[in-house]
Amino acid sequence: MYEGAVQDLIDELGRLPGVGPKSAQRIAFHLLQIDGPDAQRLADAITRVKDTIRFCARCWNVSEAEECRICQDPRRDPAVLCVVEEPRDVLAIERTREYRGRYHVLGGAISPIDGVGPEELHIRELLARVGEEPVEELIIATNPNVEGEATASYLSRLLTHHDVRVTRLASGLPVGGDLDYADEVTLGRAFVGRRELGA
Amino acid sequence: MANYRDQGIVLRTYKLGETDRILHLLTQGRGKVRAVARGVRRPGSRFGGRLEAFSHVDLQLYEGRNLDTITQAELLAPHARIRTDYAASAAASLMAEVVDHVAQEGERDHAVFLLLRSGLQALDAEPADPAIFVDAFLLRLASAVGFHVFTDACAVCRTPGAHVFLSVKAGGALCADCAPTGTRAVDRPVIDAVALLARPGEWTVLPGLARDQPAARATAASYARSFAEHHLDRRFRAYDAVPRP
Ligand SMILES: [Zn+2]
Ligand SMILES: [Zn+2]
Repeated sequence: MYEGAVQDLIDELGRLPGVGPKSAQRIAFHLLQIDGPDAQRLADAITRVKDTIRFCARCWNVSEAEECRICQDPRRDPAVLCVVEEPRDVLAIERTREYRGRYHVLGGAISPIDGVGPEELHIRELLARVGEEPVEELIIATNPNVEGEATASYLSRLLTHHDVRVTRLASGLPVGGDLDYADEVTLGRAFVGRRELGA
Repeated sequence: MANYRDQGIVLRTYKLGETDRILHLLTQGRGKVRAVARGVRRPGSRFGGRLEAFSHVDLQLYEGRNLDTITQAELLAPHARIRTDYAASAAASLMAEVVDHVAQEGERDHAVFLLLRSGLQALDAEPADPAIFVDAFLLRLASAVGFHVFTDACAVCRTPGAHVFLSVKAGGALCADCAPTGTRAVDRPVIDAVALLARPGEWTVLPGLARDQPAARATAASYARSFAEHHLDRRFRAYDAVPRP
């Protein structure tokens, strides 16, 4: 244990995702050594982000205004919604430059074992959007793990009686990899998700 | 630190750092094991999809001070259909949560291992009503760890017979002499339903019970929950997520 202020900083850093006690200590002592203005810039950036960034009232992406840039962009197709778990998934999909529709950020995934149910996510808001906006297709892009699959299955059940096409992002072989290195689960999913070639 | 090999069922996972996961496993030989799978969240990881929750895997590990580390994983049964159905996935989560709570590190428990494996197999067969397997699992697991529900003899005086007073705390059906005043008397089909849920090995008869005796089943189901939560001393979070008819 260290003196008051240093220990407080270590404790705060240790609460960040992916930062263990050792890393928290290392970062804290790094911050102690950097120049005053550098440290101030970091502190300002944190304060500014908390003051100016909120969640988009429509899609729950991070936003500096009432609605985010994607929701406000008239060139984005309002008939297609891509449903993701977190705002950082929006960034990942935007980087592909393949997608021209809009988003809906759930704010997590259903996890019964952690007590996270559908009510904890922005699912009610998604249903409202499907009712009010000219949505024709929902692309469910939750993570291909237990929680993401449970969420996808829950949503597809929920939306069976709505007049909207529900699709799931394909899972399969990593591009550039060798087939014989793929595990059975991934290869099995790739078979299920195979598609027609040509024409 | 020693290397060892064991087979296990993945109960649950926690994210660790950027690309790792901590896994809770129920192993055949060492009871509960907590282990790290390095890089498993990176696409194209050598573990691929083998270490997802509910997978039954053959593992190579080495012992650490706190956590063991998984070095190899071969799939024995992926139980992949569970993960693509919300109701089955919620039911499997409840089974995993209960086992994670009762299993002890370093304590081999073959009965619990077999029960979990057969429960997951039942859920992987795309059942119409996964909740009935949860009801059965709760009573069978309680029995496997020493809390057997009495249905064909009084739980207190052990007098055989078709008793109709049903108590959670006393451990099952009670005769009229042993039942404290205020103990609930139930219809005999409820006791029969509890008996069927608790009987080891029988999974295939359960959908028939759900179909033919919906009222008795519903009462027996809520009894199973109270029984397991009382004797295992815990409220199970995943229980309410399992859709019920
Ligand atoms: Zn938006
Ligand atoms: Zn008695």
